[in-house]
Amino acid sequence: MMVRERLRQNISAAFYRHGLLCASYPVPIILFTSASILTCCYPLLKLPLPGTGPVEFTTGVRDYSIPSHESPGDLSERPDWYQGPPVAYIQQVLVKAAVSPWDNSLVPVDVFRSPLGRVFSVLEEIRNHVYTDRSLEALCLQVTDLLPGLRRMQAVLPEHGCLLVSPGNYWQNRRDLFDADPDLLKTVHQHEPKGLHTSATLKDLLFGVPGKQTGVSLYNKKRVVTYTITIALSSYDARFVASLRARLKQLHPSANCTLREDHMVHVHFKEEIGIAELIPLVTTYIILFAYIYFSTRKIDMVKSKWGLALAAVVTVLSSLLMSVGLCTLFGLTPTLNGGEIFPYLVVVIGLENVLVLTKSVVSTPVDLEVKLRIAQGLSNESWSIMKNMATELCIILIGYFTFVPAIQEFCLFAVVGLVSDFFLQMFFFTTVLSIDIRRMELADLNRRLPAEAGMPPPKPGPLRPRETPPPPRPSPHTITLQAPAFRNLRLPKRLRVVYFLARTRLAQRIIMVGTVIWIGILVYTDPAGLRTLLAAQVSEQSPLGEAGLPPHLGVAPVFPGRDPTSTLSVLPAPEPTPLPENQSQGHRAARPEVVPVSSPQITWGPEDEELWRRLSFRHWPALFSYYNITLAKRYISILPVIPVTLHLSPQEAIDTRHPQDTHHAPPPSIKTSDLQADLTLYKVAALGLFAGVVLVLLLFCLYRVLCPRNYGQNGVPHGRRRRGDLPCDEYGYSPPISEISPLLLRGHSMDIECLASDGMLLASCCLARQIRVWDAQTGDCLTVIPNNGLRRSSSSGACEAESLLGADFREPGGGAVGRPDVDIFPIRRRTTPARPALFGDQPDLTPLIDTNFGSLPPSQTLSSSGFDFGGLVEKAYQEHETSPTLAFPPSPPPVLPPELPPQNNGDWDSSVWAMELRGNLIATGRSSGKLELWDAVEGSLRCSNEDGVSGITALAFLNNRIVAARLNGSLDFFTVEITKPLGLLQYRGPPGRGSLPPSPCYSSEDVISCQLTRSVQCAHQKQITVLKAAAGRVVTGSQDHTVRVYRLEDSCCLFTLQGHSGGITAIYIDQTMVLASGGQDGTICVWDVLTGSRVSHVYGHRGDVTSLVCTTSCIISSGLDDLICIWDRSTGIKLYSIQQEVGCGASLGVISESLLVTGGQGCVSFWDLNYGDLLQTVYLGQSSEGQSVRQLLVLDNAAIVCDFGNELSLVYVPSVLEKLD
Amino acid sequence: MSADVLLSGGAPMRRGPYISRITNRTMNLLIRAAMLFMVGVFLALVLNLLQVQRNVTLFPPDVISSIFSSAWWVPPCCGTAAALIGLLYPCMDRRLGEPHKLKREWSNVMRCVAVFVGINHASAKVDFANNVQLSLTLAALSVGLWWTFDRSRSGFGLGVIIAILATLATQLLVYNGVFQYTSPDFLYIRSWLPCIFFAGVITVGNIGRQLALYEYKVSQEKTHQD
Repeated sequence: MMVRERLRQNISAAFYRHGLLCASYPVPIILFTSASILTCCYPLLKLPLPGTGPVEFTTGVRDYSIPSHESPGDLSERPDWYQGPPVAYIQQVLVKAAVSPWDNSLVPVDVFRSPLGRVFSVLEEIRNHVYTDRSLEALCLQVTDLLPGLRRMQAVLPEHGCLLVSPGNYWQNRRDLFDADPDLLKTVHQHEPKGLHTSATLKDLLFGVPGKQTGVSLYNKKRVVTYTITIALSSYDARFVASLRARLKQLHPSANCTLREDHMVHVHFKEEIGIAELIPLVTTYIILFAYIYFSTRKIDMVKSKWGLALAAVVTVLSSLLMSVGLCTLFGLTPTLNGGEIFPYLVVVIGLENVLVLTKSVVSTPVDLEVKLRIAQGLSNESWSIMKNMATELCIILIGYFTFVPAIQEFCLFAVVGLVSDFFLQMFFFTTVLSIDIRRMELADLNRRLPAEAGMPPPKPGPLRPRETPPPPRPSPHTITLQAPAFRNLRLPKRLRVVYFLARTRLAQRIIMVGTVIWIGILVYTDPAGLRTLLAAQVSEQSPLGEAGLPPHLGVAPVFPGRDPTSTLSVLPAPEPTPLPENQSQGHRAARPEVVPVSSPQITWGPEDEELWRRLSFRHWPALFSYYNITLAKRYISILPVIPVTLHLSPQEAIDTRHPQDTHHAPPPSIKTSDLQADLTLYKVAALGLFAGVVLVLLLFCLYRVLCPRNYGQNGVPHGRRRRGDLPCDEYGYSPPISEISPLLLRGHSMDIECLASDGMLLASCCLARQIRVWDAQTGDCLTVIPNNGLRRSSSSGACEAESLLGADFREPGGGAVGRPDVDIFPIRRRTTPARPALFGDQPDLTPLIDTNFGSLPPSQTLSSSGFDFGGLVEKAYQEHETSPTLAFPPSPPPVLPPELPPQNNGDWDSSVWAMELRGNLIATGRSSGKLELWDAVEGSLRCSNEDGVSGITALAFLNNRIVAARLNGSLDFFTVEITKPLGLLQYRGPPGRGSLPPSPCYSSEDVISCQLTRSVQCAHQKQITVLKAAAGRVVTGSQDHTVRVYRLEDSCCLFTLQGHSGGITAIYIDQTMVLASGGQDGTICVWDVLTGSRVSHVYGHRGDVTSLVCTTSCIISSGLDDLICIWDRSTGIKLYSIQQEVGCGASLGVISESLLVTGGQGCVSFWDLNYGDLLQTVYLGQSSEGQSVRQLLVLDNAAIVCDFGNELSLVYVPSVLEKLD
Repeated sequence: MSADVLLSGGAPMRRGPYISRITNRTMNLLIRAAMLFMVGVFLALVLNLLQVQRNVTLFPPDVISSIFSSAWWVPPCCGTAAALIGLLYPCMDRRLGEPHKLKREWSNVMRCVAVFVGINHASAKVDFANNVQLSLTLAALSVGLWWTFDRSRSGFGLGVIIAILATLATQLLVYNGVFQYTSPDFLYIRSWLPCIFFAGVITVGNIGRQLALYEYKVSQEKTHQD
């Protein structure tokens, strides 16, 4: 433990120093960090960019040899992948065939039927070619079965033999089938996929040229048919290939063919990412974005939320880049797919630390210097950050020992990433945070200055320099409140709406940017052949494409005399698919009038050299994948094509005609097929659009369901009210601190014991048995009981209430702004004789305690009480005798009733154990068992009852009944009776803002009597510890582990609730009959007051439950373990807990449905109950710094009273009040 | 599972002054169940895709159909199971009075889902020396997931029970020949399946708890507006 503590201290100190450093020199540190990021990322330049496009490398054919596996001499020439034999050598025989001269008697089908028919003879030639003893069978790539999923291609693609594909495959390489095929186009097109295709089609594979160039269509203007015979060779025999080339050239000579034949192209394929693989990837990225979104949403109370979020993301991303760079630098080349593991790395590294840091820094006292705030925030979180980091490193270390290479690599990356992330957090993010906070304070300062200028001069402003004298106070009773200089920080509603819009648009933008990036990646890596697809679509759609004119424009001049055809062609769209019979008749009728055209010319150009380039780059992988051969990370070598030219005579074409060919109805059918293709495209587009719309709607619904807060919507005012009543809402970057201005109520000489309030008045009782009554609105001290020695001093002059300037909490650098009246108050500093001259003209505001000591002989005040008060007073008396100015202008007490008998002072021998305040009556229960009723305004004892002897431990004052619980476990019910001699009700004072509690008002003329109506002798077996009354019920909790419920009217015991296994320490009951109790066993029970049954039962705390409060939705409990727990009231699930400072655990209160206030060391903190976020901490002045809040009382008018030793502090939360009424 | 249905169905019943909320509560329950169902279906589709990909490097042209490569009944089953588990978790928290201790936020839930997908990814993509190593690694990862995001004993217990039940169900399904695994090494199934089930239960439970947190806010807001 010792070591741990010391370690913790050291870490904390180190972080503190580091924070100071970062905040002091932000610019050099940011420069340094950027430099180190860039340095670490430098090795990344050497890495190949990710992409799946194939890479080419060209070598000469002449001196070709299979590249060896050893690393070659000149690295610059040969790429890394060019090692070992290729998967296959591709030899293409490019056949161009045409019927020439073209005859008018030929039908369009003749353009390709006979040229295609010649493929069989060429194939025969190739198959039977033998050079010396080598045949094609021995050299070609032998393939086995097709993949099981490709049954429908079985008839078309070769199996169990040479991989040799040609258009002949459509007819199983059999001439007879070809001749018997009535419709060649149908055969060719029947294997084409419907709709959009993402990879190479069968037509491309078999023809070996792009579909447009084959010329196998009825609209072939050039009337040249092009196709290839593709042979895959497993080994390269130069002589065989050369002889084959020579043979084919000899048989089918190509005139004016100047194709280069000396280059062999090696194509290397990367690993492919298919759409199917992309989906999980995209999913992980979506989850990642959601994670980042939800994380950065939590950043609050900074100048620029999104700037910080960006900084957080930049931190994580650059730490990843750095880790990759460092790993590369040390020779660990990444083999994992970066895109895949990236989201997981981000999730492992996480944004948590960054958020924790921000939160910690933001929650430091705002009046500190920025440097100190950063340093404090850092050192507060240092231990948890180090702990988390150590845990994560341990986990990763465990992962490293799985000895799975992939996981090891991941772990290595993660470790480096974690370390670099830590580095960046410490240097980069902390510095950015310090800049941000400084900017925020500067902005505040700038905004405050004009507000200051416009203020009327008599109001002392927060920025007033120390030298300027504060203006004289208008009257001794008035407390000068600070001008709300910060009010303009509170955002108006329309601004909030604007912020809301901005927020949602940002969300939209994130989605948009994500989509754009994703599409960019898709297009860049082109995993699905999107580019070729788009290109193909464009060329198909464009009327100015390489095909020149669309068919109906191209055909019309060719067949000018054909009326039916031309009309059909010109108006293709509205026509339904025409029946073949009708068309063929019309066609036949038109045929003789066809104008003769020129014969087709076969030309060879440089574009034919590498025709395969125009194919989809997935062409070869697709072909090989059908046989379960992957080309990923391998290469193929493409040999120069062998050109073959075929000229066919018209007679030959006519001979090979199929009888049905002439029946063929060419143009419209093709038109409709084109139209169909168009239609499918449109269908797909429409479907995509629809899917997009549905997706957006779904996301919107999800968003609505997930974020049910309907803010920004008109017509739902309640939803907005709920959010608006927080002092700091989600959009406000800084809390409206001006609204929280503590008033210090001083006057008690000793620690305050009891506090009671009815919303208008506030009564407090200290250990010295002095009861003071304060105005809960203004903080004026109205009455002091006992006031037997206070004849000469005015009650108001005796007390002082100080408004602590709210602005003080916002001052940059704390000490920059002086508090002019700081040296008036503290009694302990009264030895300084110099009083400010400005107070000379008004009654001396000496604290009451001084007056007491100065005017009274101590013996008079101190009777023989149990408490040794004498020594203390003596000392204080001695001390204050030296004080030179003790001239108290005698001002008559304004409210002292003349008929008050001076001997009417109560029992001063026993201490006050319980106190209640209703109307203007104070009920006090004393240790002697005496119950007294005091007039709160006049300070006179109205009545007392000495029926009981046991000390009163708790009191409840409801309507006109008083319930007293005594030490011996008995319960006494008293009735307060008023007889009005004048029959007049005197209104007590100015109406306050809060609703007046329905309590009776008593005038001083009334005769008040207090009758014991009933005494329950053995209400509990043991001492009654808690007594609460509400809604006509009195609930008592006792040491005997039970809770009892009494009816107030007839003091009848309704229920005895058993369920605790320890003494009851806390009870909550409110007007809605919600009853909760907490005991020494740390359990909290919620009861149904109507039935007496236990609704829920939770184990909450280690040690006693010290206080309990319920709202409509949750239960808030605090315990001796200094933990405040928030429970869901209906389910009993603990939502979260707040760790309190030591000794402040019991002080808590609920101001509104969503605002919780807790006490701390010299401060009170406001929490958002819904989220458990700390909204603000209000420091209550310097003199109360070391004191912790022991009691906290929430008044009806949304003020908080808390006690610090012998002082009270009254804090207004007016923003809540505005919303309440 | 029928007991679970009863339990989750009986959860919204409250005594005393809460009766008025029941209608609201049922509605919310339905919404939650629907959302959990969708989450389950989505995860089933995506993760199944991961599993299917294991042996295939290049996809046949009809890629889109491979998304729905599993049998039609798998996603609905997963969705239903997710809905049940996601409702069961908050309900059990309520019953036991042992609420979830970790501070619950959506970012944490997202992290949990990401780790779950990562575990699946690892089981599908990473090459292990043998099955025992794979299973052990995945088991450690699953327990780590629980420790990081749940840490409640009840969550662990429920996770283990449901994982065992689901494994049993899968065994029976495979035994009856409804489907099969390529290389079974634990009776009829893969030995890492229980770990995946466990991690899935923890993840869905996390989501369910988070959704339940929202439910009460919604209901509160409604009561406010009334």
